[in-house]
Amino acid sequence: MASVTLSEAEKVYIVHGVQEDLRVDGRGCEDYRCVEVETDVVSNTSGSARVKLGHTDILVGVKAEMGTPKLEKPNEGYLEFFVDCATPEFEGRGGDDLGTEIANTLYRIFNNKSSVDLKTLCISPREHCWVLYVDVLLLECGGNLFDAISIAVKAALFNTRIPRVRVLEDEEGSKDIELSDDPYDCIRLSVENVPCIVTLCKIGYRHVVDATLQEEACSLASLLVSVTSKGVVTCMRKVGKGSLDPESIFEMMETGKRVGKVLHASLQSVVHKEESLGPKRQKVGFLG
Amino acid sequence: MAMEMRLPVARKPLSERLGRDTKKHLVVPGDTITTDTGFMRGHGTYMGEEKLIASVAGSVERVNKLICVKALKTRYIGEVGDIVVGRITEVQQKRWKVETNSRLDSVLLLSSMNLPGGELRRRSAEDELAMRGFLQEGDLISGVLVQVSPSLVKRQKTHFHDLPCGASVILGNNGFIWIYPTPEHKEEEAGGFIANLEVISRLRNCIISLVTQRMMLYDTSILYCYEASLPHQIKDILKPEIMEEIVMETRQRLLEQEG
Repeated sequence: MASVTLSEAEKVYIVHGVQEDLRVDGRGCEDYRCVEVETDVVSNTSGSARVKLGHTDILVGVKAEMGTPKLEKPNEGYLEFFVDCATPEFEGRGGDDLGTEIANTLYRIFNNKSSVDLKTLCISPREHCWVLYVDVLLLECGGNLFDAISIAVKAALFNTRIPRVRVLEDEEGSKDIELSDDPYDCIRLSVENVPCIVTLCKIGYRHVVDATLQEEACSLASLLVSVTSKGVVTCMRKVGKGSLDPESIFEMMETGKRVGKVLHASLQSVVHKEESLGPKRQKVGFLG
Repeated sequence: MAMEMRLPVARKPLSERLGRDTKKHLVVPGDTITTDTGFMRGHGTYMGEEKLIASVAGSVERVNKLICVKALKTRYIGEVGDIVVGRITEVQQKRWKVETNSRLDSVLLLSSMNLPGGELRRRSAEDELAMRGFLQEGDLISGVLVQVSPSLVKRQKTHFHDLPCGASVILGNNGFIWIYPTPEHKEEEAGGFIANLEVISRLRNCIISLVTQRMMLYDTSILYCYEASLPHQIKDILKPEIMEEIVMETRQRLLEQEG
C-alpha cells in the first residue's frame, strides 16, 4: 500500500484523536468520507462504475465475453478480476504486487455460491457460457482501497447488461448462437448478495473505518471483513505486521457488520436513484 | 455512524457562480498570446514563428511592455527571505535532506543549525553523531501538516500567526501549513486537549475548503472561514455544498472589509 512518512508527533496526535473519537478531519471512528458513485461512465463496456472516496478514485469496467465453462462447474459462468494500479506512486512494476493482492481478495470474496448467481451466465452447459472480465483501475490512492474497490465492483455489476442470446440447433446437430436483434434486450445480474469489504484499522486501543493514508500509517494491524447486505460475513482477512487480540477481532467484526449493512443500503439507494433518472440524466464523467 | 453516498455533481465554473465578469486571459502551453512583436517576453513565454507563445498553463499578466504567464500550478520556487515548512526525508553525514515541495530536495546543513544552548562553535564529531537526536526521518521542523499548492499562499510580512481560536498556524511559502495548539494553552492538559483537537480539525478542514475553491490563504481568510464554519459540524465542512456556502460567506466578508 502506498504510505506517507509521518513524524512521531503527528502519529501521536492521530492516535490521541482516535481515542477521543475525533479524527483529524472531524469524523468519528465509524464515519465514512463522502462517497461519489457514478455508473455507465465507459461506453464500450458491458457495465462500468466510478467511485470517489475522499482522495481515492477507482474505475471499474465489466466486459462480458463468451467462453467455455470450467470443467468442474459445467453449468455456470465465471468472473475474472484484474487490478491495475495506475497511480504515480507505483511507477513501473511497483503496482503489480498490490494489484495481485487486491485481485486475490476479490476472488476470495466472490468464491461462494451465493454472491453472484453464476447459473444465469450459462448459455449451454459444457459448451458456452458468459465470462465476466472485471477490470479495476486505480486512478488515485488516498487510503481505504479495498472498500472503494468493492463498492465500485458492486455498482459496475449492477450496471452490467449482458446481451440475450439463444442457442439454435439445426437438423445436423450443429449449434448456432443467435444474438437478439434488439440492442436493449439484455439480462441483468442480481447483485443483492454481492458483498462489500469494510476495512477496520486498529489505531491505539480503538479501530476506525475508512482510514486515510495518514491513519493507515499509524495502524499496525487491520481487518478486512467482507459483508453482504444482510449482514452476513463471507470472508475475513487480517493485514499488517501487528497482532490482534481475539476480543478485538470480535469487536471489529461486529462493527464491520453494522457498518456494512448501512453501506449496502446507501449504495442501493444511490444506484437505484441513478437508474430512475433514466437515459436523460446528465453524465458527469471525467470532465465534471 | 454516518455514511453518505451521492451522485457526482458537475462543478460550475467560478465566474458563473460569482455572477460577474472575472474572466482572466487563461492560456495553455502552445497558445498564442499575441502576434505583436513589440512586447518583451517574461517567464512562461517563448518566441516562435514571430508570435509570442505560452509555455505553461496559467493566466497572462502584462506590466507595460512585459508579458509573462503566471502558472496556476507549480512546484515551490524559493526566494530569499521565505519561510518554509519541510519534512526530513534523509539523515546524511553533515546534513539533512528536507522535502519542501520544490523541484529538488532541499538540504539543511548541520553548520547552519542553531545548536541547543545557543552556543556558537565549530561542529564537532559528537554533533554529527547526535544529528539523529535533533531531527530524524519523518520529522517536521505535536500538530497537523496540510499540503497545498504553493501559489495559494499569500506573501505577507509574517507567516507565523496566532489565531484567537486557540491554535497557531505557520504558513510556509512552499505550501506546507503547520497547525498546532498555541503554546500557552499547553498548561491546561486534559479538558483543553479535546477542545484543541476540535479547533485544529476545524481549521484544517477550513484550509482544505479554501484551497479546493482556489482562494488565497492568509491569516484573515483562514480566520473568516473558521468563523463562517462554526454553525456546521466539523466533518460536514468537507461536503461540497457546505464548502461552497462557507467559502462564499468568507469571500463576502473579505470584499466588505476591503471596500
